[in-house]
Amino acid sequence: MNAEPINVTGTLIRAKGEVLLSVENISLRFGGVKAITDVSFDIRKGEIRAIIGPNGAGKTSMLNCINGFYQPQEGQIVFKGERRAKMRPHRAAAGGIARTFQNVALFKGMSTLDNIMTGRTLKMKKGFFWQALRHGPAMQEEIAHRRVVEDIIDFLQIEHIRKLPVGKLPYGLQKRVELGRALAMEPELLLLDEPMAGMNLEEKEDMCRFILDVNNQFGTTIALIEHDMGVVMDLSDRVVVLEYGRKIADGTPDEVKANQKVIDAYLGVAH
Amino acid sequence: MLYREAGQYKSSYASDMAVFPLKEDRIGIAVILAIALVAVPFLGSDFFIASVMIPFLIFSLAAIGLNILTGYTGLISLGTAAFMGVGAYSCYKLTTLFPGVNIIVLILLSGLFSAGIGVLFGLPSLRIKGFYLAVATLAAQFFLQWAFVRVPWLFNYNASGAIEVPQRTLFDIPLTGAAATPETRYFVCLGLVVVLTWFASNIVHGKLGRSWMAVRDMDIAAELMGIKLLNAKLMAFAVSSYFCGVAGAMMIFLWYGGGEAADVFSIRLSFNILFMVIIGGLGSLIGSFFGAAFLSILPTALKFGLPALGIPIQGAAAEHVTFMLVGALIITFLIVEPHGLARLWQIGKQKLRTWPFPY
Amino acid sequence: MSDIATRPAPSLLASPLVKFGLIVAAIVVALAIGVRLDTSNTLYAIFVDPFQQMVQAPDLLVQTVWEGLVSGVLYALIALGFVLIFKASGVFNFAQGIMVVFAALTLVGLYEKGVPAFLAVIITLGVMFALAVTIERVVLRPLVNQPDIILFMATFGITYFLIGFGEALFGGNPKQMIAEQLYLPKGAVDLQILGGLVSLQKIDIAAALIASLMIAALAAFFQYTRIGRALRAVADSHKAALSVGISLNQIWVIVWFTAGIVALITGIMWGARSDVSFALEIVALKALPVLILGGFTSIPGAIVGGLIIGIGEKLGEFYWGPLVGGGIESWLAYFIALGFLLFRPQGLFGDKIIERI
Repeated sequence: MNAEPINVTGTLIRAKGEVLLSVENISLRFGGVKAITDVSFDIRKGEIRAIIGPNGAGKTSMLNCINGFYQPQEGQIVFKGERRAKMRPHRAAAGGIARTFQNVALFKGMSTLDNIMTGRTLKMKKGFFWQALRHGPAMQEEIAHRRVVEDIIDFLQIEHIRKLPVGKLPYGLQKRVELGRALAMEPELLLLDEPMAGMNLEEKEDMCRFILDVNNQFGTTIALIEHDMGVVMDLSDRVVVLEYGRKIADGTPDEVKANQKVIDAYLGVAH
Repeated sequence: MLYREAGQYKSSYASDMAVFPLKEDRIGIAVILAIALVAVPFLGSDFFIASVMIPFLIFSLAAIGLNILTGYTGLISLGTAAFMGVGAYSCYKLTTLFPGVNIIVLILLSGLFSAGIGVLFGLPSLRIKGFYLAVATLAAQFFLQWAFVRVPWLFNYNASGAIEVPQRTLFDIPLTGAAATPETRYFVCLGLVVVLTWFASNIVHGKLGRSWMAVRDMDIAAELMGIKLLNAKLMAFAVSSYFCGVAGAMMIFLWYGGGEAADVFSIRLSFNILFMVIIGGLGSLIGSFFGAAFLSILPTALKFGLPALGIPIQGAAAEHVTFMLVGALIITFLIVEPHGLARLWQIGKQKLRTWPFPY
Repeated sequence: MSDIATRPAPSLLASPLVKFGLIVAAIVVALAIGVRLDTSNTLYAIFVDPFQQMVQAPDLLVQTVWEGLVSGVLYALIALGFVLIFKASGVFNFAQGIMVVFAALTLVGLYEKGVPAFLAVIITLGVMFALAVTIERVVLRPLVNQPDIILFMATFGITYFLIGFGEALFGGNPKQMIAEQLYLPKGAVDLQILGGLVSLQKIDIAAALIASLMIAALAAFFQYTRIGRALRAVADSHKAALSVGISLNQIWVIVWFTAGIVALITGIMWGARSDVSFALEIVALKALPVLILGGFTSIPGAIVGGLIIGIGEKLGEFYWGPLVGGGIESWLAYFIALGFLLFRPQGLFGDKIIERI
């Protein structure tokens, strides 16, 4: 676990900084159901960290704990050196954690532009009365943020759907808009929950490229959940494997691939 | 040919972000304002101004208020009338305490009290959602209506329990009270509604409006975007109640001119305004005007229109027919076009844009 | 705190808006009470005096509780109609209150037109069935798969239509329920207990009995019949029910008709106590706080909730109402429910809500 990750593919060499976030002995229960039991791992600055595991392993619950949507009963999360037992979602957002969702959670009644603009909410400071006037400083602020948002739209190549309501977009594009919304927050840590679920090969390749570009260009740390093993092995620097809410392996893609417990978990054990 | 976006290029984000990006729309708004400002007061009869236009403007404002809460933020309220009542009684108390202050200022201030009460009854919205919240607002409706009757301080210990609207003037022109002409009252209403609509439009197109819609569409995701649910919801209650409160104050001071306000601000009025919002279009400011026009004019039209067409109908029967029609219309609208008249308007504009060659 | 993972309840006082709201609230409450009383007596009048009265005159207490119980039964009956429809179709039927009025009006109206009482009951049942079919055809079927809120609002449309329709057919004047013709008992039973006289209306006793019988019958229907099983299946999942060949349309008609029967019985009972008029519509709104207490999907919840609200508001009105000038019955129910909701958002019998994303 403490071993410095070695980049085996050799093509992507990223600077691995200090620990950005570490999860320490987290346990989460719903009534009598144990979703997560005593899980610890860390995420280093600048890396792409994958969380994998069979269905119901507690991966999404883990992300929910990290950005404060669920409160674990035990354990702590240290983010940017700050130790906390309780977190509120908007605090996590203010601290620089953004996220996308397994089942796209866009604001369906709003346009692509407005959806991504909501990502700028925390950065917009002008008060209520300026907003009511929508002239002068409030307008300047709005325009400044619109510029940032247009850059993101360019980056994700979704200019043509700028003004369309997102509810009517095809699934692949919705996922892209959702990524854009998360990017608009300029996060330090980006949590992606199955960013490629339900996509065809071409869309997957596009999405992979976006994820790598985000990581390379903006230096954003990324934690992602994904079921496509090819994608996970290619993209990520380090992988943590969960099964039944417990951690069973942690290391580079190759280490994990060779781990007997992981093979058992995915292929079943002969009894 | 008349309505084209072709050739109108946007060279700045500011012009792209304008509420009416098309030149034709801006001309249209200017024409409507000109009609409202010149044609209606000079050509309309006193009856038309006092019984059609003033109610229409006031209902529009209340509908905008409710639309902010229900259409934009997704919180159902059945207590609109009570929040309007708070505005009316606040205005009455204010003008009693400060008779020297201009009544228009006081009408605008009275909305603040309504906003405060709105926030208070909005507090449960943090923990309860949907239909449950409807009950919280019903609590507001019945409690406040009760208070309007049982707290004599509110109506200055009048034996009749009614509000008596005093005469208030601006530059020696009476604005309220018996001496105020329908035209004057109409101009005051128009000015207030136009200015407040402009504010509402700015707010819903800005950061706050986006936060509201985010909360409406997916509250959990909104929270993870850094939007504080409590603040967004309470702001919605505050702004919404402010609009309703001002509308309520206008209702008593510029339209009814007094009376048993507690009866006026009953749950029936709450429902009526909700229907205006539904028929007009949830989440649309222009829809609020459509809805208000439709539902405030329909009863009058039935009452006076059907006999004119030779269909004999008494007052009571007209009322029953109105009820049935409103009910049927609501269902029809929800089935045919859940986004209301506002969406029909948009579709019409779209058709016009491609007319006469739709392909 | 329980060990169930819950979302944090954000500190309410953190927001400046909340503080503003609370200050306004404090002023309003202080004014409302201060107008009537000077402060030295206030605490005594609220916390001591009512309980002394209860102990000193237990017969009055019993009488008040009984009256609360009876109105609670009627609230519960209306709430029952809501629950039936909500369980089976996910529709929050705002029109249940007006269905009660409409059923009672039809019954009385038919009798006034010269139809014998029991035939009138049967015809009214037919009318309620026709209503159920019409609603299913005209409202529910075209709106299938729409968001709940749209369906909720559609029931507002039904409400208004029925108000207009009912008034147009039968007129808006209050009518006398044909209690005698239906062999419902009249008069009162006087009981000598606790050193006083407690008077129970026979019609109230009958109402309580009939309500209990009906609830038992419904429970049996749900538990032991094929249709009952289908209904429960639909309540759990529309799609799954469809996939095993249950006809949603048929189920909806049955459920709305059942709610119509409940509405008719409620209408008869209520009409026999006061009279049949559209004022009932406002009273019927009280079923909403009952539902909040009991949960939208629980029949026992509707009953217990109804009784709590009924008894609570009668006690409140009788013992605390005079402090603020009376008439608090009009809003007390909503506040009881609201206070309750802040502590148990899922209702008395509901399961803990776990939000997923």
